[in-house]
Amino acid sequence: MSTMGTLNLERVTCTFPARGANAGYTAVADVDLDVAEGEFVSVVGPTGCGKSTLLNVAAGLLAPTTGRVTVFGQNLQGINTRAGYLFQSEALMPWRTALQNVTAGLEFRGIAAEQARLHATDWLRRVGLSAHGHKYPHELSGGMRKRVALAQTLILDPKILLMDEPFSALDVQTRSLMETELLNLWAQDRKSVMFVTHDLEEAISLSDRVVVMSAGPASRLIGEFAIDLPRPRDVAEIRLTPGFVEIHKLIWTALRDEVQKAYSLSLS
Amino acid sequence: MRRGTLVVCQIGLFVGLFVLWHVLTATEILPKFFFGEPLVVLMRVRDWFVSGKIYPHLGVTLIETILAFLIGTALGLVFGLWLALSDFAAKLLNPYITALNSMPRVILAPIFAVWFGLDIKSKVMLGITLVFFIVFFSVYNGVREVSPTILANARMLGANGRQLLRHVYLPSATAWVFSSLHASVGMAFVGAVVGEYLGSARGVGYLILQAEGVFDINTVFAGVLVLTACALVLDYAVTLAERRLLRWRPGSVSSNAS
Ligand SMILES: Nc1ncnc2c1ncn2[C@@H]1O[C@H](COP(=O)(O)OP(=O)(O)OP(=O)(O)O)[C@@H](O)[C@H]1O
Ligand SMILES: [Mg+2]
Repeated sequence: MSTMGTLNLERVTCTFPARGANAGYTAVADVDLDVAEGEFVSVVGPTGCGKSTLLNVAAGLLAPTTGRVTVFGQNLQGINTRAGYLFQSEALMPWRTALQNVTAGLEFRGIAAEQARLHATDWLRRVGLSAHGHKYPHELSGGMRKRVALAQTLILDPKILLMDEPFSALDVQTRSLMETELLNLWAQDRKSVMFVTHDLEEAISLSDRVVVMSAGPASRLIGEFAIDLPRPRDVAEIRLTPGFVEIHKLIWTALRDEVQKAYSLSLS
Repeated sequence: MRRGTLVVCQIGLFVGLFVLWHVLTATEILPKFFFGEPLVVLMRVRDWFVSGKIYPHLGVTLIETILAFLIGTALGLVFGLWLALSDFAAKLLNPYITALNSMPRVILAPIFAVWFGLDIKSKVMLGITLVFFIVFFSVYNGVREVSPTILANARMLGANGRQLLRHVYLPSATAWVFSSLHASVGMAFVGAVVGEYLGSARGVGYLILQAEGVFDINTVFAGVLVLTACALVLDYAVTLAERRLLRWRPGSVSSNAS
């Protein structure tokens, strides 16, 4: 599989060094993953299997112990500047207002304040937060903070979007709204997306392809499923279609054993 | 409880303590010679301000305190940031910092008097050594506890080293500085007054020393009262600055005031 991918992980292994009494821990082993241009790929797997670790590798925040990452055909060294990253946990700067958080990336690039502000105002409008630009993160709801983070990342127009369970902390309704919003934004310019989740339904309804990871330690990719459900999709309704149910059953069979394995491991 | 009620209660408690003090000494349950008389103490304070005798002394003490506070805080902030961000410097200086911190630094007062003379400089230096470590340790620990996610996010957004310092480390260190400033204000006062007490020709500490020389316990208490009032005012100023600068913080900032 050596198509000229946008993002390629080649035989990536990540071992966290031993610390004190803890032996070294290999989170992921020998992972090959390609994300093509404009492709939406989801990674699912049981908790603790190394999904965030893979994203950190793709982002250049964590160097793989062995293996390599290429971005548009070039070896990745240091931060992946072509990628935007939506983190699993809170990542907004609490000392900046929503608007200032959205302008941050432009500011770091030395873009004039006034221009950055106009651009950011537009992005806040796009994520439906026009009226909340002056608020600090702690004054926003969890869903609003996720939307600010989305605007903060997308304003830089990254070619690759890395998302780590961005909606897992949200309630079902907000979540479905955000998924729709994400798909709409994505449809406008088709970025390459690597989307991590442990929610299989979410993965299927959003993606072109779903890859399944085994339980840790030394997680590998154990399955890869193309999702050829028609687009544009309605994330709520698509879950009721026969095609969806069928593919869900297929992937779930692969995933279930791993989830159980991870669960019994966590008990022992 | 409403804020107004709370303030009324606080003042009530204060007056109550004074009345208790008055009753205990007036009835000689506590000997006046050692415990003073609150009314005389208050008169003394009033006389000081009416005659204007206190102003030069109070002025010197306040200048020493504020200088020690500002310089000590700035140094603590800079060194805290530096050591927290430079692993080598931190490891190199670690034993020295620990040693300096555990040393009873008030002992340095006479040495500083010899080095810097009996005027304001030696007092400011003493105050700085007291304030520095409080701010230093809270910034040092604060910076090391900056959320790794916020840091990683800023890097992904394209921040370089200098921008990380300016936009991530500094703002989050500010929060930690403020958490230590209330303690620092008190320490800056200790530095000034102890310095004056051990050798000077001016300042509230000097007034207290003079009064002690002649067993004038009421004047000693009057000096302590004036200093305490000033410390409260300075502390309140810190709280106001905190409210302005840390508006982004969740929860009531005012709750840790005074
Ligand atoms: N810095 C680290 N040092 C040591 N071990 C780590 C470190 N980071 C992660 N791990 C381990 O690596 C494994 C994978 O972690 P990771 O965060 O990638 O899991 P995840 O798949 O994202 O889980 P979740 O779905 O719960 O977010 C875990 O077992 C974790 O304990
Ligand atoms: Mg994770």
